[in-house]
Amino acid sequence: MTEDISGMTSQLAQDPSSLVFLPLAEALRRRGQFDAALAVAERGIQRYPQIADGHDLVARIHADQGAGDAAFDAWTAVLRLKPDHLGAHKGLAFLAFRAGDLGRSAKHLSRALDLAPGDASLAAAVERIRTMIATKTNPPRTAASAPVPIPATATTETTPTLLLDSQGRVLRGRVDRVDGSDASEAAAAALAGVIREADRAANLLGLGQWRAIAIEGGPINYELRSPTPETLLLVTRGREVPAGRLARIADRAVEQARRWLEELG
Amino acid sequence: MISREQAALEEVTRINGVRSAILVSADDGLVVAEAALEDQATEPAAAFAARLAGRLGILTGAMAAPPMSVLLLQAALGQLFVVVGNPGLLLVAVTNNDVNIGEVRLALLDVAGRLH
Repeated sequence: MTEDISGMTSQLAQDPSSLVFLPLAEALRRRGQFDAALAVAERGIQRYPQIADGHDLVARIHADQGAGDAAFDAWTAVLRLKPDHLGAHKGLAFLAFRAGDLGRSAKHLSRALDLAPGDASLAAAVERIRTMIATKTNPPRTAASAPVPIPATATTETTPTLLLDSQGRVLRGRVDRVDGSDASEAAAAALAGVIREADRAANLLGLGQWRAIAIEGGPINYELRSPTPETLLLVTRGREVPAGRLARIADRAVEQARRWLEELG
Repeated sequence: MISREQAALEEVTRINGVRSAILVSADDGLVVAEAALEDQATEPAAAFAARLAGRLGILTGAMAAPPMSVLLLQAALGQLFVVVGNPGLLLVAVTNNDVNIGEVRLALLDVAGRLH
């Protein structure tokens, strides 16, 4: 998908009442420019407070920024306007799960599944969270040993993230170029062999096992991790996301990738 | 008398936890100038840093983004910093894990700017 940010920006400047604020803010969010995306989206919903998708977009930007309370408020606003909004139910399920409220998380996930009965990942998430609730009721097995259901709108899912194998084949996710076009295959190909290269460099320099590679490159910061010995995870964010925060985001993405790989078998 | 490059590199090695600071030819990974603690071999660090920087440089190209400016490899027992300097040159530092990452990064960028 080509996302002409400058064109949409110009269109919005000429006509502030244009609904182009929605795709523009979405494109900025996908590029990791969260502050700019939020500014555009919030101006848009001030003008069009009745558009549920606008509030959903604001919620997803807040979730990307780790601002759970603000995301909660925005998704709640979505449901006031449109009680059957799938994205809001998934988002609220995620927030409830993060807060440890499994019952509320299950309630939103179940509603989401009602709205999208063909969504296998949602069905699996509902099943797992019900199992977790049952396990909690009839103890133990540690919570850490159970796979964690994370809906598709979870923050690390919406962060540009690409999981690939050691031969440069995409396993999951997507990363975009600055112009918004899909760079997943090209990035995966560019990263083929990096695991082995990093292993060799770290070992021969006496640095031991490598854990992370952080790269700064113009408007994008990159973080590379190896969730398993045969896979590589690329996480990208805009330059405005500090390196330390990107590392935390990558930590979460690694955990999520490991769970996904385990479930894959 | 030490060279301007070596003097600049020695400033970096004065930061706590820095084992070596090396000016490296990006094309062939050869050492141009170095400052290192006694037991630190600089040639392997130069060679691997250049190889890794070259390979990861392809990533930024694939993303149609500007070239890489800083690379940090973090490992169990230490870290490798690579800063892209004057065209064709890399500034490399090998450090312990307890180093102040921000301080080393800024020092390398400062040296890169001065050696431009």
